[in-house]
Amino acid sequence: MSDHSKSSPLKMYFSVWAALLVGTIITYKAAFLELGRFNAAVALTIATVKALLVALFFMHIRGAHEKLLKLVVISTIFFLILLLALSMADYGTRLWS
Amino acid sequence: MATPSGPQGERENYLNKHYGVGSWLLTTDHKRIALLYLISITFFFFIGGFFALLIRLELLTPAGDLVQADSYNKLFTMHGMVMVFFFLIPSIPAVLGNFLVPMMIGARDLAFPRINLLSWYLYIIGGVMMMHCMLTGGVDTGWTFYTPFSTAFTNTKIVEAGLAIFVAGFSSILTGLNFVVTIHRMRAPGMTWSRLPLFIWAHYATSIIQILGTPVIAITIVLVAVERTLHLGIFDPKLGGDPLLFQHLFWFYSHPAVYIMILPSMGIVSEIIACFSRKRIFGYSFVALSSIAIAVFGFLVWAHHMFVAGISVYAALIFSLLSYAVAVPSAVKVFNWTATLYKGSIRYDAPMLYAFGFLGLFTIGGLTGLFLACLGIDVHVTDTYFVVAHFHYIMVGGALMGYLGGMHFWWPKISGRLYPEGWARLAALIVFIGFNLTFFPQFILGYVGMPRRYYQYPQEFQVLNVLSTAGATVLGVGYLLPMIYFLWSMRYGKPAPDNPWNAAGLEWKTPSPPTTFNFEEEPVVTWEAYNYEEIDAHSDIRPDEEAPSVG
Amino acid sequence: MSDSPAVAIHGEAHGEAHGAAHNPALLHHFAEPQQQRDAASLGMWIFLATEVMFFGGLFCAYLIYRRWYFEDFGAASKSINATLGATNTAVLICSSLTVVLAIWAAQTSRRALLIGSLVLTMLFGVAFLGIKGVEYKEKFEEHHVPGASFSFDRVPIPRHPDQYANPQHAQIFFSLYFIMTGLHALHMIIGLGIFTWLLIMAWKGRFTPEYYTPLEMGGLYWHFVDIVWIYLFPLLYLIDRHP
Repeated sequence: MSDHSKSSPLKMYFSVWAALLVGTIITYKAAFLELGRFNAAVALTIATVKALLVALFFMHIRGAHEKLLKLVVISTIFFLILLLALSMADYGTRLWS
Repeated sequence: MATPSGPQGERENYLNKHYGVGSWLLTTDHKRIALLYLISITFFFFIGGFFALLIRLELLTPAGDLVQADSYNKLFTMHGMVMVFFFLIPSIPAVLGNFLVPMMIGARDLAFPRINLLSWYLYIIGGVMMMHCMLTGGVDTGWTFYTPFSTAFTNTKIVEAGLAIFVAGFSSILTGLNFVVTIHRMRAPGMTWSRLPLFIWAHYATSIIQILGTPVIAITIVLVAVERTLHLGIFDPKLGGDPLLFQHLFWFYSHPAVYIMILPSMGIVSEIIACFSRKRIFGYSFVALSSIAIAVFGFLVWAHHMFVAGISVYAALIFSLLSYAVAVPSAVKVFNWTATLYKGSIRYDAPMLYAFGFLGLFTIGGLTGLFLACLGIDVHVTDTYFVVAHFHYIMVGGALMGYLGGMHFWWPKISGRLYPEGWARLAALIVFIGFNLTFFPQFILGYVGMPRRYYQYPQEFQVLNVLSTAGATVLGVGYLLPMIYFLWSMRYGKPAPDNPWNAAGLEWKTPSPPTTFNFEEEPVVTWEAYNYEEIDAHSDIRPDEEAPSVG
Repeated sequence: MSDSPAVAIHGEAHGEAHGAAHNPALLHHFAEPQQQRDAASLGMWIFLATEVMFFGGLFCAYLIYRRWYFEDFGAASKSINATLGATNTAVLICSSLTVVLAIWAAQTSRRALLIGSLVLTMLFGVAFLGIKGVEYKEKFEEHHVPGASFSFDRVPIPRHPDQYANPQHAQIFFSLYFIMTGLHALHMIIGLGIFTWLLIMAWKGRFTPEYYTPLEMGGLYWHFVDIVWIYLFPLLYLIDRHP
């Protein structure tokens, strides 16, 4: 928390901010390219990178002085994926028979 | 350690520190909030019980003579909604959990006392909305709100009931959030994870479900309300939507919700069995981790409620298999409790009788759950009384037995008075007999094909239905008794010593009833959980005999 | 009833502070400020976990219908103004930057920067909602708001110009679009409320390098709302954009 005081984090904040803006522009531009089924993959990958940047640097998950917060984040994502994946286990296989 | 007596000769405690309605309605003391919850959920328990009574009365005869189909639909719907969302889910966590979690870990209060109070107010707002909804027409969809009936057909008060549950859900989320933070952050020095009472482990697991499951039903209710109001088509097959999506989202919460009810009950049973067998719980770490395992596995099985609803057979296979997996940690617990009893010096006080009741009834409920997880049998008994009997064995036979056992076990701590033991044992026996008489016939009824949610039935089902109704009457008496003698004991009961059961656990090291801040000094824990062998070896005199006489 | 001095019985936790005269922000049941801070941040993260699951239900619905009605979703998405969406993404990212700047300002006792950053954050938030309003107005005028007046007739499917999208399926897209962005906007409005309160606290000089927990908590919430948008943007605005 306050142990950042020795070096100013401003440079880091501004670089993350710039990276997020660049990511937005790339997402936007890439959506207009013909990438076939990779359009969605590119868009979601960039979104995930952006979300990670926000979580790690702006929300200070990276500098958190204990693992518990990371555990909270990871288990939340895990349960979200459970919700999506097990639902898709139904929707994805309904037409098989 | 007791504070000097006041003029009335009573030691200052959390009950008599402040007087007046305001001191209760604005309290941030977790113990007082627990009592607020106790009063509120008892109220809703009797509302839900009243609906149950009417249901059983109607089913006394094959013909629909007491109520007609529409009223009957509303009766079982309101019974389910009130009992699930306004009694069972808050029951143990919000009453006993609220009271005991801080005391058991050696904290002065929950981490967020004001959020705790907020959660009670949210519960009350939800409860008032629910009452208003019931008094002005009610709902007839069954507590499950299945679409598209709930969104496009029925004319009853879906939106209002949904919002009531939405608000009450936030109360549940806040309770869970408070518990997790408290258990992580507020433990006394020396209270390591491996020394935590199993009650705490159970509540930790419960809180995980409350935190991660409840938001999903909240958004589902929002979708139902929006779809019903604006005639969208998200769940309506006529408009391109999928009603099964509703069921997926609904059961993603509502299946784990059963574990919100049963896990805290398991925690109570662990405490009681250890105390009344005078032994350390057998396989402590397995019992502790099985709570977490049940919470996690509980999220993997929801579609077993949808086997005949039209989900993919491959998904059904997966969910059937995963449902069996939940049985493993549950069985771990039952075996460990049984092993704890082995060679213990067992005392048959009322809490222990409830714990025994829990063991038997939960086992039956759990094993019949395996029948239902099996695809072939489920097709046969889906939507019959077999299912009704199964989940009542879990929710009433399991969760409610544990709740009553816990109420008896900790009543001396909560009220500072002893309840009448003889009456309590009698009540425990009546509840057990009444329960089995009510619900065992329903297994048979369901197996021979009586569907649930109908107000009439063929003549040949009458004998078993009469048995069930008779049992419900006995059960009702069994539930009224504790309420009467608990109230009685508050005035006439013998003052309770600090540790009437000679139990391990930090909560017994506080005075009965505790002071507002629980502990005068922050306790330092140097012993393992359930060190009964140690306690019994070092004290020939029970502490209650040496406790200073009160009054 | 007792000889202790009358204690206010309104039950305010910090009204009953006991022990030595320590930090006035330290509540009675915590042993030390660090414990209180850690409790607050864990509580906030758990709250955000509930928010993830709350939006998760909607993402689940989106995922399923996107697969079912792939082409219709593409056609419907194409009718939304992606430039406005991209602008809004940039606006939110800038607001996230001002949030971290505000916290840094509190940590380093820079009052002007703190208040300026909070005001900027709120301005960005208002700008976001304004742009959102323009977008909603466009949809309203095009009769793309689900309901009685909804119309999505004869809209060609991307890459199959000879086929038209099914209006019912497109309506599901727009239902999800309005619910998801609407819920997100509601979170933004709540966030603006929180930041108004933070601004008042900052104005009164309540935040010090030792105590700025409310700022951190408000910031976590704001960043979370930003992250939700980072996913909503490509999922709702950018599918099947390419010719």
